[in-house]
Amino acid sequence: MTHQVRDLTVEGLARVEGEGAMHVVVTDGVLTDVKLRIYEPPRFFEAFLRGRAYTEPPDITARICGICPVAYQMSACQAIEQACGAVVDPQLRALRRLLYCGEWIESHVLHIYFLHAPDFLGVGSALELAQDHRELVEKALKLKKIGNDIMEAVGGRAIHPINVRLGGFYRAPTRRELQPFVERLRWARDASLETVELVSTFDFPELEIDHELVALHNPDEYAITEGRIVSDGGLDIEVAEFLEHFAEEHVERSTSLHGRMIERGRYLVGPLARYSLNYEQLPQVARESAEAAKGLGRVCRNPFRSIQVRAVETVAACDEALRIIEGYTEPERPAVSVVARAGTGHGATEAPRGLLYHRYSIDHDGIIESADIIPPTAQNQDAIESDLRKLVEANLELSDHDLQHLCEQSIRNYDPCISCSTHFLDLTVERR
Amino acid sequence: MVVIGVGNPMRRDDGAGIAVVERARALLRPTVEIQTLSGEATSLLDAWDGADLAVVVDAVRCDNPPASGVVRIDVTNEPQAVPRWSGGASSHGLGVAEAIALARSLDRLPPHLVLLLVALADEGQGAGLSPIVEERCDAAVGLLVDEVRSAHDS
Repeated sequence: MTHQVRDLTVEGLARVEGEGAMHVVVTDGVLTDVKLRIYEPPRFFEAFLRGRAYTEPPDITARICGICPVAYQMSACQAIEQACGAVVDPQLRALRRLLYCGEWIESHVLHIYFLHAPDFLGVGSALELAQDHRELVEKALKLKKIGNDIMEAVGGRAIHPINVRLGGFYRAPTRRELQPFVERLRWARDASLETVELVSTFDFPELEIDHELVALHNPDEYAITEGRIVSDGGLDIEVAEFLEHFAEEHVERSTSLHGRMIERGRYLVGPLARYSLNYEQLPQVARESAEAAKGLGRVCRNPFRSIQVRAVETVAACDEALRIIEGYTEPERPAVSVVARAGTGHGATEAPRGLLYHRYSIDHDGIIESADIIPPTAQNQDAIESDLRKLVEANLELSDHDLQHLCEQSIRNYDPCISCSTHFLDLTVERR
Repeated sequence: MVVIGVGNPMRRDDGAGIAVVERARALLRPTVEIQTLSGEATSLLDAWDGADLAVVVDAVRCDNPPASGVVRIDVTNEPQAVPRWSGGASSHGLGVAEAIALARSLDRLPPHLVLLLVALADEGQGAGLSPIVEERCDAAVGLLVDEVRSAHDS
């Protein structure tokens, strides 16, 4: 008997050989396998941190991701400060939120314009976008640079900020240093509003997900740096209860651990969850832009529309950054004291790609005994595979080329963090 | 003039680019700006903005490296030697090659751009370079200092 097998793979998932891959197998017109293998650096870092000083995780874990180092720093700081019983001053909390807004701006703009928009504008890549729509790319670069510059002004530098420490910062920026951002952020907020309008003109493939949505929630603000963990299925817990409700499971087909809600199954973190669970907490200007965004609604369950949500969140981040800077007064001290004591602490913040959880147990000398780092991509892996399965099953009539493109688009919805700490070039040297 | 080290010191030999510029720091004039980056494409465009010469030092996967283990590409004069755009399913895949392509398209390449690429041997996790890449970094420091010096002299 002869079987017809279609075997699709997605390029561009791996920076290091064997570390990231998507594999779809269709046998005799029936989807028989979907595997997404995503490399997970946190496993290494959890082991690497054992035996090190409690002051080190913010710097070390920042190396896990070149695009969202602040997320790792903030979750690490929170967890260790909780273990040590330290409480950060409100002004320092505001500075942390400002730093995080910078990261959201740079990461979201990178994703919107340099990865996702080309799919909807009918061009193959950001390079073609730059050739065909130069003004858009120039605007995106200007917008993203504002995020980077905020990270530099508060964090010391944009890549792997060096000014972050337990309890706050090594040095707090002066009001004068932050003041020039006011005009730039007003422009950025307008540019972000235009971005919402632009992406709302796109045609979105139909896809409705049913995963339970999970995000931080804070009744007083759009949750970024702190909150309770909630879901649209009624979950409402302290961050410290995370491991009682969420687990990472080995899945036979994958070397990666898959995040699951205990006794509830698959769930989704990230922009769709955050937006849908925190719509009321969006700053007014962002909420109004969402209301005007065609087809978006107050709850978004179509991952292809995540580009709209990211654009709305960019408006929110610009507006929040502006609000914090306009109300900024220099703190009396750049950091509160964080003295080591034996204990366990938990931290969770909203990385651009979703909830990022850290747990540390330290001994009375401040030596780390154990660590858990659960990044958003690992939590979403099951949901991404589920989306791929649905998409492939619904589009089996497409050619391999078109089906592969659709799968790539689907993966880009999430912009998974893959081998994100490496940027090796591949080079062929030809000698004649 | 700007010297940009690219990579991640927590990924073994991926830290080569940063190791090279840090070792060269004491050997370069204080007027030479030194930056270290993860390699994310658009940040590179900002890093070399306004510079007359930019030297980017990065790790490279190369099956057939030269004896020194360091490949020099003069982007300005040998554009065909630059690796092609390969960014795909994740923004994490946008790196040095993509930065050069984008910059060329947007007229944001510096007047003179040179890549010094250190062939890597260990793609594993953790701090520290492999012994052979330690040696290659020393060679790359020499090339980097020569590159900057000759630009000063010209």
